[in-house]
Amino acid sequence: MVAPLHLAVALPVTGELTARYWAGLVREAEDAKLDFVTFDDALGGAPGLDAVLIAARVAPLTSRIGLLPTAVVTHTEPFHVSKAVATLDHVSGGRGGVLLDVAPDPVHAGHFGRRDVGTADELWEEAADYAEVLRRLWDSWEDDAEIRDVATGRFIDREKLHHIDFEGRWFSVRGPSITPRPPQGHPPVAATEPGFADIVFSDNASASDRLVYRDVDATVTPDELLHWQEEGFAGFRLHGDLHTVTRELVPRLRERGVFRTEYEHTTLRGHLGLARPENRYAAGSAQ
Amino acid sequence: MTKQIHLAAHFPGVNNTTVWSDPQAGSHIEFSSFVHLAQTAERAKFDFFFLAEGLRLREQGGQIYDLDVVGRPDTFTVLAALAAVTDRLGLAGTINSTFNEPYEVARQFASLDHLSNGRAAWNVVTSWDAFTGENFRRGGFLAQEDRYSRAESFLRTAWKLFDTGVGTFEHRDRHFDISGTFGVPRSPQGRPVILQAGDSEEGREFAAATADAIFSRYATLEEGQRFYRDVKGRLARYGRSPEQLKILPAATFVLGDTDADAQEKAAVVRRQQVSGATAIRFLEQVWNRDLSSYDPDGPLPEVEPLVGENTIARGRASVRMFKDPAATVREWREKAAAKNLSIRDLVIDVSARQTFTGSAASVAAQIDDLVQQDAADGFILVPHVTPGGLDEFADTVVPLLQERGVFRTDYTGPTLRDHLGVR
Repeated sequence: MVAPLHLAVALPVTGELTARYWAGLVREAEDAKLDFVTFDDALGGAPGLDAVLIAARVAPLTSRIGLLPTAVVTHTEPFHVSKAVATLDHVSGGRGGVLLDVAPDPVHAGHFGRRDVGTADELWEEAADYAEVLRRLWDSWEDDAEIRDVATGRFIDREKLHHIDFEGRWFSVRGPSITPRPPQGHPPVAATEPGFADIVFSDNASASDRLVYRDVDATVTPDELLHWQEEGFAGFRLHGDLHTVTRELVPRLRERGVFRTEYEHTTLRGHLGLARPENRYAAGSAQ
Repeated sequence: MTKQIHLAAHFPGVNNTTVWSDPQAGSHIEFSSFVHLAQTAERAKFDFFFLAEGLRLREQGGQIYDLDVVGRPDTFTVLAALAAVTDRLGLAGTINSTFNEPYEVARQFASLDHLSNGRAAWNVVTSWDAFTGENFRRGGFLAQEDRYSRAESFLRTAWKLFDTGVGTFEHRDRHFDISGTFGVPRSPQGRPVILQAGDSEEGREFAAATADAIFSRYATLEEGQRFYRDVKGRLARYGRSPEQLKILPAATFVLGDTDADAQEKAAVVRRQQVSGATAIRFLEQVWNRDLSSYDPDGPLPEVEPLVGENTIARGRASVRMFKDPAATVREWREKAAAKNLSIRDLVIDVSARQTFTGSAASVAAQIDDLVQQDAADGFILVPHVTPGGLDEFADTVVPLLQERGVFRTDYTGPTLRDHLGVR
């Protein structure tokens, strides 16, 4: 019995501005029952829209597919991105995630004018701190924090909201989040670097003990995918022409009985086989 | 000439106007609640939906304040999602100019404007406190006198980026030294509609120079007219005409079958809004000290307020309203003694009450009168129940305003600027 294949697609930055265009792509990927789409983004001035907003705009128009917009760590606030991804998870019913990237280009830093970028290694160390803050903020509300206790007049049990008190080299964040814990607990975090991501995009299947996805072109053959799967890749992120994925690759994989014909889960963590994480601040938590 | 009324729907906020204890009250975070209110507003042909934001949970006495609704979504994310389930309704969000950067915010608003076909609006707010800063990279705080200076510089920088579309830009001033390439093509509205809520001298001047609409707190005839005259009178020096800035006070409402029925309902709502526990915490904000040992159904505390910097309530804008706590306390003691009021009765008496109370016909008349007498150009309505608190207004008051010929029966243009008549 072969393990099920996991497929995602990368949607590149384009100059396309309409919701209709983006919804069309994501619906096509959802009709093909793919796990998730990633939305590329950078803060470099290439023509295009903000990825988190695109993902949010298509969320109500889709029902199963995971949505991973790119967030650039280097020039953004972990507090803002945490609540944005939590809200994406709320508006999509548990299908949100985030692809963290860094911006080493000093020209991009000029768009913000508030820091000199360091080395790539330093930027990825900062990204690890950033991912830690995202997850702490998602945990800063316990799932049952909202109690609506009319007898005592209390809307929340404040013992179940937590300051996160993160202090690092690049930023300190006190918390808690202003947004309650997202439906998935932790929306999956993806990155091209191992170390902190739930989903790692890499050509090396042993790059991480988490889910390693290989980036491949849409013209890949079923035999190649199955070969790489045996090497240990958890899944594949397809680049290039979306029609080639949905009209050629997926039907051929289904003929061989190695790709789903229906979704079995409603959340992105469900598609990925990831359990909903415990809250690190909850009493009795193992973390 | 009869003025046309503008109406907006405020998603119920994290304060005690919002009655979460009502059996009808739904989720404040599930998307379905946002969809319900936005679609009700669009069905009623409102100008826009409005979302407030605060970037640090409020604390009192060193603990998170637990008596009001707590928790909000991210503004841009929920507005972009609402663009998918509405067609014409404007989508207004509060974004802070202290804890954001112009390049990112300009990209986000331009993206929202594209993804909504021209319906984005930005309520520009400033922050003053290191308390909120603890959640952000810049930390620290902005000196009070720099708040509006940074806000204006932030806004003008964002405008430069909106106007640039795809291309290079450069902006250097005291607050921002940035240059490079902006990448979002000019959006349908060019620039999002700008809202402001500032009430200080500086805030009013900032609004006169830059805003398309003001979210004010003066919804009564005399106060409204005074504010309206004041702000509209400032426009000429910026080469702007009076109709280019709409004055939209926040307004709450309780409807009934008759005026007497509405008054009875309003009294019930007031007691829901001010529980005994809420009354004590409200007094603590003025007394600036722990009053938890007092009985809300008993007399006012005999201890004196602690004068000086307010240390008990943090992350809350309203404490600034009590500039002279000693005088406020004296006044309240006199009132409580004269009317034999308990703590809870007193707080119900002195805290904000419903702007409009009455039958649908009375409320329609009150709204129309205030607008025709230049106390306002319309109102931002704040329902006290989520998400259905606007339903009755949409079903009963709006048709009467339409019959009076003072409110649109359908949208005439696609963008929020079209709805508001601002260019």
